[in-house]
Amino acid sequence: MTLSLDKAFGVSAAALKLRSERHQVLSQNLANADTPDYKARDFDFKSALRAAAGDGKGGGLQLQRTDARHIPAGGSATGPGGAQLQYRVPFNPALDGNTVETQVEQAKFAENAVNYQASLNFLGNRITGLIGAIRGE
Amino acid sequence: MSIFKVFDTAGSAMNAQSLRLNMTASNLANAETVAGTPEQAYRARNPVFAAALEQAAAGQPGGGHGGVQMRGIIESQATPQALHMPDHPEADENGYVYRSNVNTVEEMVNMMSASRSYQNNVEVMSTSRDLLLQTLRLGQQ
Repeated sequence: MTLSLDKAFGVSAAALKLRSERHQVLSQNLANADTPDYKARDFDFKSALRAAAGDGKGGGLQLQRTDARHIPAGGSATGPGGAQLQYRVPFNPALDGNTVETQVEQAKFAENAVNYQASLNFLGNRITGLIGAIRGE
Repeated sequence: MSIFKVFDTAGSAMNAQSLRLNMTASNLANAETVAGTPEQAYRARNPVFAAALEQAAAGQPGGGHGGVQMRGIIESQATPQALHMPDHPEADENGYVYRSNVNTVEEMVNMMSASRSYQNNVEVMSTSRDLLLQTLRLGQQ
């Protein structure tokens, strides 16, 4: 029996990576809360995780690109790890063109931090289980 | 690891907000200063923020964190208030001195907004630090 560490850690490793990317995107929103014309961005965690886990069902339809100069479908910018970044629709748009709503971003940021810790705990438990199996305890 | 970049992002925002707070302080300190001519009167100063674009500046040192950068400083174009004070040593031939065009209420609002944003970024930094430390302890009992 061969043991693949990637398989052993399951989806938690990919989730942790995506959570840290989302953490960065949300922190950029909070940093630019007072920047004129800045548009708040975020990505859909569910579809990004499906695409990262590679089950082929998620992520929506993809256009096939046969040349490097082709513009990717969707047209939105990609995040630090390749997740499709989308612009947030503000509840109360500001006059200076800024769409960051601090309370919304803070809520998402806190939610994401808790989910990051959850993924960390899952990974930690996996590692503890693996170590237990290796030691034969 | 993208959480490391958060320190640059939040740090740049804290830099920008502390500069804004600094300018508010100097505007408020000079709110009551007078000068002999409208040109010499103190004018309120405000920083202009711009987003430091991640993709565009990725190749440059110091850029590419997606934080805040300073684009410049603008001076308020409001006309300084003329006060009739003939006994003032700075008064012109008509007896007028010119008060700075600082709007105290605006500056107080700016001060509160800057300090709240600064606090937000401090929170972002401390959360990121906690998450990173927990990640470092991953796999240790």
